[in-house]
Amino acid sequence: MRAQSTASRVVVHAVLIAGSLVFLFPLMWMMSTSLKPIEETMRIPPQWIPSHFLFRNYYDAVMYEHKMLGYIPFLQYAKNTLLLAVLGVAGTVLVNALVAYGFARFRFPGRGALFAVTLATMMVPFPVLMVPLFGLFRHLGWIGTFKPLWIPAWLGSAFNIFLLRQFFLTVPRDLTDAAIVDGCSEFGAFRHIILPLSKPALAVVALFHFMYTWNDFLGPLIYLTDQKMFTLSLGLQFYQSQHGGTEWNLLMAAATMVVLPIIILFFFTQRTFIQGIAITGLKG
Amino acid sequence: MSTAPTTENRPARARFGVRAARRKSLYTALAFISPWLVGLAVLTLYPIIASFYYSLCDYSVLQPARFIGPANYVDLMSDEVFWKGLWNTGYYAAFALPLGLVVSLGLALLLNTGVRGMALYRTFFFLPALVPLVALAVLWLWIFNGEQGVLNYLLSLLGIRGPGWLADPRWTKPALVIAGTWSVGQAIVIYLAGLQEVPVHLYEAADLDGAGWWDKIRHVTLPMISPVILFNLIMGIIGALQYFTVPYVMTPQGQPARSAYFYIMYLYDNAFVYLKMGYASAMAWVLFVIIILLTALALRLTARRVHYEGE
Repeated sequence: MRAQSTASRVVVHAVLIAGSLVFLFPLMWMMSTSLKPIEETMRIPPQWIPSHFLFRNYYDAVMYEHKMLGYIPFLQYAKNTLLLAVLGVAGTVLVNALVAYGFARFRFPGRGALFAVTLATMMVPFPVLMVPLFGLFRHLGWIGTFKPLWIPAWLGSAFNIFLLRQFFLTVPRDLTDAAIVDGCSEFGAFRHIILPLSKPALAVVALFHFMYTWNDFLGPLIYLTDQKMFTLSLGLQFYQSQHGGTEWNLLMAAATMVVLPIIILFFFTQRTFIQGIAITGLKG
Repeated sequence: MSTAPTTENRPARARFGVRAARRKSLYTALAFISPWLVGLAVLTLYPIIASFYYSLCDYSVLQPARFIGPANYVDLMSDEVFWKGLWNTGYYAAFALPLGLVVSLGLALLLNTGVRGMALYRTFFFLPALVPLVALAVLWLWIFNGEQGVLNYLLSLLGIRGPGWLADPRWTKPALVIAGTWSVGQAIVIYLAGLQEVPVHLYEAADLDGAGWWDKIRHVTLPMISPVILFNLIMGIIGALQYFTVPYVMTPQGQPARSAYFYIMYLYDNAFVYLKMGYASAMAWVLFVIIILLTALALRLTARRVHYEGE
């Protein structure tokens, strides 16, 4: 629906600019604080722009040496998070693609019922599963390891199966049938014909799982016990609970380091991102 | 005829062939979906059943579960903290959901007016939704911070004396609503995608009828995107009832006066701090039932108002 008159266009821009300022201000404030000397963080009226950019804060936040707690290994947290993200994304993409293709391409007895059960499990909130999963992982000796945080990704997720199945249903059967007549196996056809065609859909799934791992707090909070193995989200919370309320510039530097990689990733994958969210909203 | 055996054999072989092909297809399908069969059984169905059983048990994870019947549910009914958590969560949802709906739909409608720079504005509104929740919580702690909080400074410029936010039990939940509303970017993107699918000819027809701006929104736009609104509403309900990370980080123990002690925070504490895993499971099932009831209610109340294209 288009805004017709000049006056209405001016009003629309005015509201959108005001809205943008409100939405962007907290991020600007975070970055501004992260570059300030400590005494400038306390000023009233606030020092909007640091008198000089103290990039050292970032170094101090990463290499923070605290008398009682010792070294807070922020780089280690980043490494842990990346490792979990890579392992999880690989499993998510590969396994959900396989399973979704299985549902989309083959007929087998009970397929409809199995798919309906799969969809129904999406309604179940995580707290319902939380206690038995903890008991199970404890029984397997996985508590305090990374395993509970990435192995489940290799066993499929209902939402991703649903999303990818919708995509595979739009791929014409003739494409694989021809290859199979030529002696290609079903898996070969999947591997060489379907997967390359599905890159956009797989990118959405990969991106969302990466974001999920980066963001996840409850999982690491429950399963990780050793501080050296914390993820960035858990590490940032730990950092805040230990040093919160004092050196806001360092805390904001740490927060910026958690936020910035995601924002950079967004700028490189914007199209995939926006389409992915639109798909989940409209077709979900 | 001497060819009788072959004519007899042919259908049999064909039948066998079909069966063999079917079996082969079944095995291939199984090979493809087998990871999910394990995932569904071990990581979803088993936990659902076990969690319901545990909710009827005294279970600390360190010792085997002991069946005690519905005692956990009975105890919940007279547990003040349970009701406090439920009240806080309901309060949060009651304000955060409508506010989020108005803000995200309003901004999406403005973005959909064919305004120049739409993609840039959309990026601005979406950026906060990218911020990981722990970072979001830490950032808003700083903005709300009692003595040097920038929000109260900005309010003072407007002549408003800001409240104590996270230090004042009356203002912790509004503070969390504000922080939550900041990250509605995802809903904006979903609404915008829905708005762009509304056929232009409907607006043209409305124009011919002399419809004004508000008429078009009320009688064309909103009915056409009502399924998207319903989807966002239901996802919002599910999300709000499970609100955990932000209040956990911003308000340790939901203090002051447990004013920000949310349902899942109490559930988490029961499970992993007090090791009352059976009690926590009972809480999880109560939550699940609440989610199902509210979702059914939302579907029912909107049944006549939601318009599905092609029905």
